[in-house]
Amino acid sequence: MKIKHEINAIATIALRDFTKLLRDRMRLVTSFIFPVIFIGVLGGSLQSNLAADAGYNFLTFVFIGVLAQTLFQSTAAGIISLIEDRENDFSQEMFVSPISRYSIIVGKIIGEGLVASTQTVGIIIFGIVIGVPFGLTDFITLLPAAAGAILLGGAFGVIVMANLSNQRTANQIFPFLIFPQFFLAGVFNPIKNLPPVILQLSRISPMTYPVDLFRSIYYLGKPEYDKVVLFSPAFNVLVISIMFLIFISIGTYFFVKNERNR
Amino acid sequence: MATTNAIEVNNLVKRYKKTKTNAVDGISFDVKKGEFFSLLGPNGAGKTTTISILTTTLAKTSGTLKLAGFDVDKNASEVRRNIGVIFQKPSLDENLTAEENIRFHAILYGIYPFAPFYSLMPKDYKDKLNELGELLGIKDELGKPIKSFSGGMKRKLEIIRSLIHNPKVLFLDEPTSGLDPEARKTLWNYLKEVRAREKMTIFLTTHYLDEAEDADRICIISKGKIKELGTPTKIKSKLLDEYLIIGAKDNLKLETELRKHKLEYKEENGLYVLDINGHSAQDLIQMIKTKLTTLKVHSPSLEEAYIDLIESEHNEN
Repeated sequence: MKIKHEINAIATIALRDFTKLLRDRMRLVTSFIFPVIFIGVLGGSLQSNLAADAGYNFLTFVFIGVLAQTLFQSTAAGIISLIEDRENDFSQEMFVSPISRYSIIVGKIIGEGLVASTQTVGIIIFGIVIGVPFGLTDFITLLPAAAGAILLGGAFGVIVMANLSNQRTANQIFPFLIFPQFFLAGVFNPIKNLPPVILQLSRISPMTYPVDLFRSIYYLGKPEYDKVVLFSPAFNVLVISIMFLIFISIGTYFFVKNERNR
Repeated sequence: MATTNAIEVNNLVKRYKKTKTNAVDGISFDVKKGEFFSLLGPNGAGKTTTISILTTTLAKTSGTLKLAGFDVDKNASEVRRNIGVIFQKPSLDENLTAEENIRFHAILYGIYPFAPFYSLMPKDYKDKLNELGELLGIKDELGKPIKSFSGGMKRKLEIIRSLIHNPKVLFLDEPTSGLDPEARKTLWNYLKEVRAREKMTIFLTTHYLDEAEDADRICIISKGKIKELGTPTKIKSKLLDEYLIIGAKDNLKLETELRKHKLEYKEENGLYVLDINGHSAQDLIQMIKTKLTTLKVHSPSLEEAYIDLIESEHNEN
């Protein structure tokens, strides 16, 4: 009975996030703007200037990277919004309701993951329109990788949120934690060769692994594989799993512990 | 052991992290079952802190708290099951319909199993919803996004929602802040109706004295400490300081007369201020034979007395 209640609560929290996105047309539209700029402008310009030397298509390279980055970042940002929400809107209701704090986190990760997934649908359509080779097989084989990106993004969000006391700090710190990862994870830029210090940072940056997992699956069996992929899919899955478990357990522990201690 | 108290607060202290003073500084009070209890005080007095601790969203620093017989720390889940909360800031999801806001609440409280659509909810839920909608006069608007609702309407919807799990204690944290006077009045009439119907314990915080006057007991707090606690009548008689202001052309004669009757007085700007307390204004007037040019009875409203109390508090520091 108790577990059933918690599952019902998780489903409700997740559905709320998803419904909110569908009703908020402005957010739906704006969530496509950055990916479209990244892929179209950045990918397009790199393609025109550097592709001949690099030996692979930059548009496709950036497109696959942005898919992983969007899932990771959007889920993480959604989780962090819990800090603001806990003193606003419906989230206050979640915090006084008789459900486990763990259910709030799980429901929130699933909900924000659904939101992030919806956003990538628009990015995929845009990619296909501008001529990125992306078929149904690619879509299906990348689905498990998408789950990995969402879960790791969610866990990353939890550990960041658990250590921030208010929304102002969150708004100030989150960009510092996320934007460098764009470059360290090589969403737009090749990171096959890096100077030593940046190499270290790149390897500890969580976003690196979902981005590389996406590419390691997409480019599997393609001639560019060795030029764009860092690690094997299996290695990426392993690192993502370990990071997920560490972030989610430490993050949830501190979140539950600090939630009422202000 | 059955207890007749809905809320028991013993020596509650709350000091926020990185602050040097206690936001709530050792307060104790009980609220009886079915009582309408009002926590009154200016902004920053510690009202929201107290209500947050009672509703399990904030940890106390020290003290003991019981709600519906459950310890607020050890049995937070049971406490949550037994309370309804109307937050100071609106807690509705603006992107959802009124019905969805209520449905999500009902599922979070385990009243009904999860269903993604209204049509899949059990009949019992639909009946209850329609009954509440009718009571509010928004039956036809339940399916619409609440963005279009007025402030007063939203507050009512929050109250309806909080009642769906039949809480034993209903907490209202400044429920009328941000509402215009008319919406305030409508909301209060509705709350009185609800209270008469549901016979639940109500715990209200407010900085409007007129809202607290309907309470069974008022607890005035300032700077985290209890200043007064009692029935509105009791507090009124204690706070209200009535006095008589008189003046005459021949002030010397008036002063001699006052001394003769051993009446205590203060001289202010050529006028004499006499404490009425313990007498009636009429008694005092009858003693005085000097022809008066000024005669005023000062009888402050509870509002003024409350402001005086809060201000004197302020000036002490």
